[in-house]
Amino acid sequence: MMETIPSLTLGILVVALLLAFVRLLRGPTLPDRVIALDLISTLCVGISAVYAIAVRNPVFLDVAILLALISFLGTIAFAQYVRKRGQP
Amino acid sequence: MTASLAAGLMVVGAASMLIAAVGVVRMPDLFTRMHATSKAGSLGAGLILLAVAVHYGDLGISARALATLAFILLTAPIAAHVIGRAAYFVGVPFWEGTLVDELRTRQPHRGSKEDLTGHP
Repeated sequence: MMETIPSLTLGILVVALLLAFVRLLRGPTLPDRVIALDLISTLCVGISAVYAIAVRNPVFLDVAILLALISFLGTIAFAQYVRKRGQP
Repeated sequence: MTASLAAGLMVVGAASMLIAAVGVVRMPDLFTRMHATSKAGSLGAGLILLAVAVHYGDLGISARALATLAFILLTAPIAAHVIGRAAYFVGVPFWEGTLVDELRTRQPHRGSKEDLTGHP
């Protein structure tokens, strides 16, 4: 069972990644694109965590930790730029 | 038992993240889209990390997974608040069905330059 379930989960997460990418391309304003990027990085945290189970190698959990740290800082920085730019 | 619990947590977390992605495509304006991404997205990531902690019964790996979970639960609301506040003050349009804007009664000059300089 632990062979098919991670593959199924990765398939669902890739579909979610494609949907978030649609909003990243279409998003009418800059904050829309920023929250799409935020969702994409959260999805990448989930993908690397599932991958750590799928290949039986817990090193990929460190990738998830780093992605979570960097995406938070990136969103805060984008919010500062949106505020400084002053237009949606 | 442990394997089936981890599998169930993983599938439910991935389904929650899929709901977040559908919400970010289908919702009508920025603030309702943020409602989908910040809550359903962090719930899905948290469930998947919990599945990793259950699957590896090891103390070190489970502690790392739970630390990542705690970090996501702490930072996702802060990031959503900061980007939502910045988007509000630069004048991102609301959905036409929006009924209540309680911040407008406190700071009536939404979209003007004075609000952009004053930090909360």
